[in-house]
Amino acid sequence: MTLRAPSGPHGARRTPFESVIGLEVHLALKTRSKLFCGCSAETFGDAPNVHVCPVCLGLPGSLPVVNRAAVDLAATFALALGCRITPQTQFHRKHYFYPDAPKNYQISQFDRPVGEAGVVEIGGRRIGITRCHLEEDAGRLVHPPYADHSLVDLNRAGAPLLEMVSEPDIRSPEEARLFLEHLRAIAQSLGVSDAAPEQGKMRADVNVSVRLPGEPLGTKVEIKNLNSFKSVQAAITLEARRQVLLREAGAPVEQETRGWNEGGQKTYVLRTKEGSADYRYLADPDLPPLHLDEVAIARLRGAMRELPEAKRERYVALGVRAAEAELIVLDVPQATMFDALLEAAGAIEPRPTPHTLATWLTGEVAHARKGAEGTLAPEDIDATALVALIAAVEARTITLTSAKELLGDVLAGADPATLIEARGLRQIGDADALGAMVDGVLADHPEVAADVRENPKALNALVGRVMRASGGQARADAVRALLQERLRLDPDGG
Amino acid sequence: MTSAVQIAKEVRSGGRSAVDVVTEALDRAAASQARTNAFVTISSERALVAARRIDDVVRSGREPGPLAGVPVAIKDNICTRGLRTTAGSAILRDFVPPYDATVVARLEAAGAIVLGKTNLDEFGMGSSSERSASGPVRHPLDPGRVTGGSSGGSAAAVADGVVPLALGSDTGGSVRQPAAFCGVVGCKPTYGLLSRYGLIAYASSLDQIGVLSRDVEDARLALAVMSGRDPLDATSVDAAVAPERALATSDAPLAGVRIGVVRELMGEGVAPGVRSALTALRARLEGLGAAVVEVSVPSVRLAVATYYVIATAEASSNLARYDAMLYGARVAVAGDDQERSMRRSRAAGLGREVQRRILMGTFVLSAGSFDAYYRRALQVRRLVADDVAAALAGVDALLTPTAPTVSWPLGARLDDPLAMYLGDVTTCIANLAGAPAVSVPAGIAEDDLPCGAQFVGAPFDEGRLLSIAAVAARS
Repeated sequence: MTLRAPSGPHGARRTPFESVIGLEVHLALKTRSKLFCGCSAETFGDAPNVHVCPVCLGLPGSLPVVNRAAVDLAATFALALGCRITPQTQFHRKHYFYPDAPKNYQISQFDRPVGEAGVVEIGGRRIGITRCHLEEDAGRLVHPPYADHSLVDLNRAGAPLLEMVSEPDIRSPEEARLFLEHLRAIAQSLGVSDAAPEQGKMRADVNVSVRLPGEPLGTKVEIKNLNSFKSVQAAITLEARRQVLLREAGAPVEQETRGWNEGGQKTYVLRTKEGSADYRYLADPDLPPLHLDEVAIARLRGAMRELPEAKRERYVALGVRAAEAELIVLDVPQATMFDALLEAAGAIEPRPTPHTLATWLTGEVAHARKGAEGTLAPEDIDATALVALIAAVEARTITLTSAKELLGDVLAGADPATLIEARGLRQIGDADALGAMVDGVLADHPEVAADVRENPKALNALVGRVMRASGGQARADAVRALLQERLRLDPDGG
Repeated sequence: MTSAVQIAKEVRSGGRSAVDVVTEALDRAAASQARTNAFVTISSERALVAARRIDDVVRSGREPGPLAGVPVAIKDNICTRGLRTTAGSAILRDFVPPYDATVVARLEAAGAIVLGKTNLDEFGMGSSSERSASGPVRHPLDPGRVTGGSSGGSAAAVADGVVPLALGSDTGGSVRQPAAFCGVVGCKPTYGLLSRYGLIAYASSLDQIGVLSRDVEDARLALAVMSGRDPLDATSVDAAVAPERALATSDAPLAGVRIGVVRELMGEGVAPGVRSALTALRARLEGLGAAVVEVSVPSVRLAVATYYVIATAEASSNLARYDAMLYGARVAVAGDDQERSMRRSRAAGLGREVQRRILMGTFVLSAGSFDAYYRRALQVRRLVADDVAAALAGVDALLTPTAPTVSWPLGARLDDPLAMYLGDVTTCIANLAGAPAVSVPAGIAEDDLPCGAQFVGAPFDEGRLLSIAAVAARS
């Protein structure tokens, strides 16, 4: 996939200003238990306050003990982003008073994060990764309408989060979105996170500033709590436009934190620089530094699953078009499906090419999955049946039209061979049978045949009639050849 | 008063029932409570239920544990499942933990019986046990005086003969100093030897649960039962204390033992009576075969300041959770202004000294003062630990007075926090270094009141340290 020019225009207005964008992304780590206790980390949709214990409630006397699986996932993700792993990583307490934090501090990381100084390459541009660190999630405040109180749900409190901070290397809202798509694909490929924004498992804060090319960095504004890729893109676009308008009016941009109003599609001030918090970071005395030595790092590297970038290169080497390969790997369920198709194709003759499979997957299959609105998970699809269907088209056993008709049933689990026979969709390629049909049509429509003799370009009118007579099963190219032969036309003319 | 070792022996053999032991202890507790206010809660029912269970186990011939039937008192900042645990604070006056501290679970598994929860300075912050929401603890020998603190209730309960064994917690001397004031044994083991899970944190990197007893061997047995790594405390260590004594009894039980008297802690600021008691002890130790030399811990003059920077910094963090949102005494405010509710609950529920330390700790961790105070304190802490290790290099244990003075009259230092803090100089070095230390009675020093001698050993060398202390205590 090619990127737009790095410093694109914002919205419809043309402006000489460029946007400078950095992202902070929170990923919910896919562990069984929370970061510092044994409670389940998978609480989405459950009744409030059922996944809690003395530790994640911060009861007096309770102590955190780190979940090593979360550390491994965080380090794996950091490695995938090319980060340097900190040999003795340390947890710090970040203090703020709010009822979503039962201890009134969050256990996070400060000067010794799990990983630092990485880089992600997208579309030929390098986006620097400042750091990847572990921290515990907060609970959730619920504000019942018209009530004089708020409610607290601490199911999520203590769930493991990975926070990734990028360098301000991103230059457009579109690039920000593409970067997020890459992160999601990496996280999902590695099994580090479901990275599902709609479940709150991937959240982003963005830092935006504008400048004229060549100027030093401008004053940045942070926009917090963006819950979809679409809102990230929209918020950056609008914030950059707001700042450009200020600059053009000669007004300064104030350093502040803004929130995102999804309904109104606008940002609003959360706090200004004067109100910035002093978190009083303190190395958590309850959690000794964790050692991640060379052996541990080598073990994590060894266990690492194939990354989207490696997958993309593999697909391209197999003959898949670059744009399709990118499309497939950025959608991890689709990539999983594609690998299954490639494997299934190995056992089928004639074998459809990876290129053909990719075209089907990103075209007809993607369309069908979209139509099924998420009820069609890739793991539910029988790859062998799907490949058999595609192979039947390749072998000219059925027409493309028939295949498209059957796709829905095959994705739902039907066997294509049985369907083809049951519905009599096998193409008629037999010369005698087709000859009889062609002769029948010519005899029934002498006036059309005469027209075609005069004007060979009108041959399709006859081809159509034969196809209809065959119930769509005649092989169109064979019909065409027979007609040309019967009418003694020059094959190149029709 | 019978020792824990002796009670367990009698109960295990069936010679005495645990119910009898506990009933007698409850009678003594009630009598003592009226004079000393040592307890926040006396758990009569729970204790009798446990005692009956121990007697059943003994009768059925099963193993009742090495502390079978021994009544113990638990400092009220150590969580007990289903038994109110206040930490001496108004904000936790109704807090009933849904879980046991690991040390409590291990004591009970060994057959010990929790008789009650002892009074303390709020959250362990104090050296006199006067700053408790349940009122001050009074000295068993002189009700006009303090027991020391913050484990004053545990010290009083042991000194008054209510229980042979009690748990305290020691952040800067809170087990050893009241033990010295009350004339009993107080042991703060190596940081990490005992799990802190369930200990309501004051300063996590310094806090360590300790034991108060009349007999050193009772302390040893209790440590043996409670030590060992706890998966619920990442700072706990897989180390053990052998339950048996190591030194043979003979004419010269300390032959070959080298003891270092810390020069800096025998001079100015130490009351004359305390100094002479220590000098007399030194002579007795030499008489028992020990080689006593002078050693130096130069950084000792920085210890109190360092201790208070680190302890208050951690306290400001640890005590942030007491906002009365989820538990604790809440001051309700109109509407859903949670910040006002938090502020007013903390102002009403936390005592003056606690608030003072939270403010100091918040200050030293703040952006403008972190480097000048907290970072520097961590550096000096390293220095103190190195000095203690260097002083221990040539000797088996360091010897100091446990506290520079004997007990003082109630209220005498309440308006002078600095004087109160300075008394921690002798004890807080062991917390800063993470080293084990034990205080044993060193005789009557002044005003008919006892003083203590403190032995500091190398980390995880409790076995030898307790053996030396046992000989000193008998001398």
